[in-house]
Amino acid sequence: MTTDRTTAASEDTKAIDVQGLRKSFGELEVLRGIDFSVARGEVVCVIGPSGSGKSTLLRCVNLLEEPSAGRVTVAGTEVTDPDVDIDLVRRRIGMVFQSFNLFPHLTALENLTIAQRRVLHRDRPEAERIARANLERVGLSDKASAYPAQLSGGQQQRVAIARALSMDPELMLFDEPTSALDPELVGDVLAVMRGLAQDGMTMLVVTHEMSFAREVADRVVFMDGGVIVEEGTPERVVGAPQHERTRTFLARVLDPAAAEVSEVADTGAAG
Amino acid sequence: MPLSKRRRARLVRGVQYGVLVVAVVVFALLADWHQLRMAFFDVEVAKALFPDIITTALVNTVLYTLLGFGFGLALGLVLALMRLSSVPPYRWIAVTYIEFFRGIPCLLVFIALGFGVPLAFEVALDMNITVMLSLGLVGAAYMAETIRAGIQAVPKGQTEAARSLGMSHGRAMVSIVIPQAFRIVLPPLTNELILLTKDSSLVYLLGLSLTQFELANFGRDALNEHKSLTPILIAGLLYLVITLPLGQLVRRLEARTAKAR
Ligand SMILES: Nc1ncnc2c1ncn2[C@@H]1O[C@H](COP(=O)(O)OP(=O)(O)OP(=O)(O)O)[C@@H](O)[C@H]1O
Ligand SMILES: [Mg+2]
Repeated sequence: MTTDRTTAASEDTKAIDVQGLRKSFGELEVLRGIDFSVARGEVVCVIGPSGSGKSTLLRCVNLLEEPSAGRVTVAGTEVTDPDVDIDLVRRRIGMVFQSFNLFPHLTALENLTIAQRRVLHRDRPEAERIARANLERVGLSDKASAYPAQLSGGQQQRVAIARALSMDPELMLFDEPTSALDPELVGDVLAVMRGLAQDGMTMLVVTHEMSFAREVADRVVFMDGGVIVEEGTPERVVGAPQHERTRTFLARVLDPAAAEVSEVADTGAAG
Repeated sequence: MPLSKRRRARLVRGVQYGVLVVAVVVFALLADWHQLRMAFFDVEVAKALFPDIITTALVNTVLYTLLGFGFGLALGLVLALMRLSSVPPYRWIAVTYIEFFRGIPCLLVFIALGFGVPLAFEVALDMNITVMLSLGLVGAAYMAETIRAGIQAVPKGQTEAARSLGMSHGRAMVSIVIPQAFRIVLPPLTNELILLTKDSSLVYLLGLSLTQFELANFGRDALNEHKSLTPILIAGLLYLVITLPLGQLVRRLEARTAKAR
């Protein structure tokens, strides 16, 4: 495997490579030419106002949305190639949704084992061993037999993360994983994600949690109106944004009250 | 002095009760109780019905119903999936089928399968098969629509989560969507079972032998024999023995679904 990696060289160091990606819903062009890539082991946070196309970008990576134009390559496989078996690619990509999307008719443990068994064809003992290890990893080993409805939002989201991890993904996509949570539950989920980042997982995270982005991300991408406006280290993009649109957005996210006041007072929005 | 609104309302209600009581008393006085009892509940006739009305008639009603329901459910599921398919011809076939069999009387299907097919194709279908097909073909049309609505009521995020784990469309349907859809459609499907229980009486058309009698047929046969309405009353009560618990089950299931939301 190590020899493979060295021979495949630069191609293989990219976990995600997106070129000229466009996506329209009918008349509405939501992504208007996106070029970017994520290196193996890198953590990239995507920020931007509502409707800017962040979710659509993420969903184009594992083809939950069919791109209208452009190339998307994941771990060396071009997913936009019509001949590629997308089910084979998707099992290598973990996805975590804003609304958790746990399977309500299955227990936490069964949520983690069903795809292992039906997709990866692992036998039950092995699937359960891996599932329990992942529940442990997200701090929920005591909830194996609970149904999703019996769990708090934060616990559900951690089970959802463990479900994705049980497939041994090469990279993980997160779409606003903490946006649906009560503030006091956000911390547990972010802690799990921080742990994943430390373990070297490749992560593409859409988030409004600026402190998480600043602390964990190797790179921050700011999107607005279906294009990438600027990207760079968190210090640069969040700390010293170059573009007016980025500054306006950050002012609103970092201090909603102050931004409103300053908008009303019609003074500069940046703090 | 004009009556207040409330006192007038009370007066009107009092008059209504009065009329009702008078009507009941008059009916009770005029009715020939002896004749009524002989007609509707002649104990001798009732005794003669047992145990056959249970061991043959009730059992056959349940058997015919379950045959029709089982076949209808399987066909209904296939039709629902075809109706939701991305392949247009599948959708057209399913829609045509559903509209056709929802639109014609079940009776006609019984006649077609019971007499038409044997005459036209010179084959004699087994009685149970005829009943299963007749009840099932019609029931499937209704159940297909119910199941389709149930599948569509499962949030889209469920399919997306399943697909993002690498499940194929079919696998996601079987393991994730359909189990949830069935919970949603359990109450309406139970209603369908109640309707089928009653529709199973249509087999009388087929000209049954004694051991094939179900409740309605058995009741009619006994009516002719004893010149009494008692068998009909008892057959009706036995239908209720089946349908009332099912109705209760529907209410329970609905309450459970309401609570789960
Ligand atoms: N399936 C769809 N059909 C039609 N329009 C869609 C669809 N999905 C998204 N859109 C539109 O595309 C635009 C971008 O949506 P997207 O969900 O990618 O934004 P976002 O940046 O994730 O926003 P948010 O922060 O609110 O989640 C929005 O205007 C949205 O209404
Ligand atoms: Mg979004």
